[in-house]
Amino acid sequence: MRSRRLQAVAVKEVLQIWRDPISLMIALLMPFMQMILLGYGVSLDVKHLPICVFDREASQNSQALLKRFQASEYFSIVAGFDNYRDVTRALDRGLCRLVVVVPTDFTERLTDTGRSAVQALVDATDDNTANIAIGYAQAVVTGFSSTVLIEASALAGSTVAVLQPIAAQSRVWFNEDLESRNFIIPGVVALVMALVGAQLTSLTISREWERGTMELLVSTPVTPMELMLGKLLPYFAIGLLDAVFCLAFAVFWFDVPFRGTLMTLFFTTSLFLTVVLGIGYLISTGIRRQVGAAQIGLLVTLLPTTLLSGFAFPIDQMPPAVQAVTYIVFARYYVTILKAVFLKGSGILDLTAPILAMIIYAGIIAFLAARAFRKRLD
Amino acid sequence: MTGTIETPVVAERLVKRFGSFTAVDDVSFRIARGEIVGFLGPNGAGKSTIIRMLCGLLRPSEGRARVAGFDVAREPERVRENIGYMSQKFSLYTDLTVAENLRFFGGIYRVPRAVLPERMGFAVEMAGLRHRENMLVSTLAGGWKQRLALGCAILHRPPILFLDEPTSGVDPESRRRFWDLIHDLSADGVTVLVSTHYMDEAEYCNRVALIDRGRLIEMASPSALKQHTLGGDLLVVECEGMGTAMAALHEAPGVRDVAAFGNSIHILVESAGAALAALPDYLAGCGVRVTRIEQIKPTIEDIFVQMIGAEARAEGPRP
Ligand SMILES: Nc1ncnc2c1ncn2[C@@H]1O[C@H](COP(=O)(O)OP(=O)(O)O)[C@@H](O)[C@H]1O
Ligand SMILES: [Mg+2]
Repeated sequence: MRSRRLQAVAVKEVLQIWRDPISLMIALLMPFMQMILLGYGVSLDVKHLPICVFDREASQNSQALLKRFQASEYFSIVAGFDNYRDVTRALDRGLCRLVVVVPTDFTERLTDTGRSAVQALVDATDDNTANIAIGYAQAVVTGFSSTVLIEASALAGSTVAVLQPIAAQSRVWFNEDLESRNFIIPGVVALVMALVGAQLTSLTISREWERGTMELLVSTPVTPMELMLGKLLPYFAIGLLDAVFCLAFAVFWFDVPFRGTLMTLFFTTSLFLTVVLGIGYLISTGIRRQVGAAQIGLLVTLLPTTLLSGFAFPIDQMPPAVQAVTYIVFARYYVTILKAVFLKGSGILDLTAPILAMIIYAGIIAFLAARAFRKRLD
Repeated sequence: MTGTIETPVVAERLVKRFGSFTAVDDVSFRIARGEIVGFLGPNGAGKSTIIRMLCGLLRPSEGRARVAGFDVAREPERVRENIGYMSQKFSLYTDLTVAENLRFFGGIYRVPRAVLPERMGFAVEMAGLRHRENMLVSTLAGGWKQRLALGCAILHRPPILFLDEPTSGVDPESRRRFWDLIHDLSADGVTVLVSTHYMDEAEYCNRVALIDRGRLIEMASPSALKQHTLGGDLLVVECEGMGTAMAALHEAPGVRDVAAFGNSIHILVESAGAALAALPDYLAGCGVRVTRIEQIKPTIEDIFVQMIGAEARAEGPRP
């Protein structure tokens, strides 16, 4: 292994991340969005909130977007309007809590710039519900626009990221007092790591295949190990940066106590990142198309992390069969560690069992990842 | 070390199968140091597949190849240190700048840091990209991209270059400049294997290999090919009613081969003198009005068409 080649790969990767707005957004904005969504999603269960719509564009795209609102569990469309006067009256009379207004240039701006705005008028008498309603509405719009973006950028051959509406999971927790926030927020760190790690790395190899740069890369003396480490190092740094951000946000914004040491957090986070990045890389070597790789990346990291890690749903309340399954979910160990470090102030020595489990996991994944990429075209 | 190898590229009975399809069929050749060898053939002939096997990107199904003295199947990493490769599809990083691409390949090939600035300067100069070092590659025009790709491929001074259709889709002026660069490299002792489907580019090569349907049909210098393989004189015929004329010429006495070349017909005859005397009347008798008939010098394309025709006749129809 040559550090010179490793360094060349890492520098190239950093430049590419830097020039790719979607990668940057996932790396920098995702942690923020998740913290906000999950941190505030904790106190209420919104379901089938009555909303009205005012579709000023009435196009295929705007219809598709409104269908999403209707299909989501959070909203039911109770009426549609064609002028602002009716909209105001509906809000005043409490017919609905939220009105979604699709502007006349919705599709045009979406296709031109990749982003478009949807107006949401909210009855803010109940601040909390209003905030949550906006959060969910944003999630629906994000989900929709990411679908459009994926299709558009897959055509353009650029990086594709899947920004799934994370809020989809948030509804279940709640009706608890504010203490539940302390219970959940530490686990959000795991969620952010899983999401950012798997999303970004699951694309690094498939991107090279899709753009045709892999053929040249394979023809050079770079070794699979240099390629893997060079590619993953920048994402490792981003992951740690995001962890620091999450920690600061949790402590200073949400007032979650942090009783452990930074050293313990840093060490265990590195282990978790190794696993997540390794899995993303494994997927990326196996799947040569970016869209497919991104989706599978989400499936194997984010899903188990949300559902089976004990991050929101306590493991000891699950059916025994499901409890057994959680032992193979690597995020389970990290979430246990996070909660203990945040709330109990546990150190490395108190956590030998989960840390050992993670070391074994990281070892296996690193071993598989190192062997996954063969420098051949056939 | 590798510079002293006099036959840096040796292929022995190379075969590559994809499933049941044979893309490269029993191909053998040798290339001497400093030679420029052109691989000529239509799309799908197997040129890229041969080159990929020589670069160690594809494993030969059968046969062996040695590049820079190393077996491509067993020591691909040693091979890779000694070659520069331009793949058929442009494959630099378009979201990186000219300088960033060069620096990346400089790092990958471990060009000593002390000489890297000078090498990069040379590559930039060669590609005609001075003052454009900080432009994103995606904003460059085709000819520049192609020359930059060559610049990246020679940054580490490889003794052997594999260029897969480096000039496809590039304007004629850029193509000519590109070939000048290849000749400069060859003069420095670099061995170059270059594939193309532009038949006229064969004239720039020391030797050309004609490839068709996975087989190497012939490999010789352009002039030797023209002298020995045609076995007759070449005439061009221009007339009204190409279809009728071609059918008639196939039956005409002394005509060995007939092929359409755009708006004209090239025919291979036993003797130019006899044919020029007899054919105008013969064609007139068939109802064809001839506007031009004269002897011409054969091009590589003529040779190629004639050889593929001969192969097909010898073999019968292929399944
Ligand atoms: N990876 C592959 N799998 C299956 N068939 C292939 C593969 N690569 C090339 N071929 C086939 O092999 C033949 C030769 O291809 P190629 O070497 O690219 O030809 P050329 O470069 O002369 O145009 C073509 O018919 C092509 O379809
Ligand atoms: Mg080809």
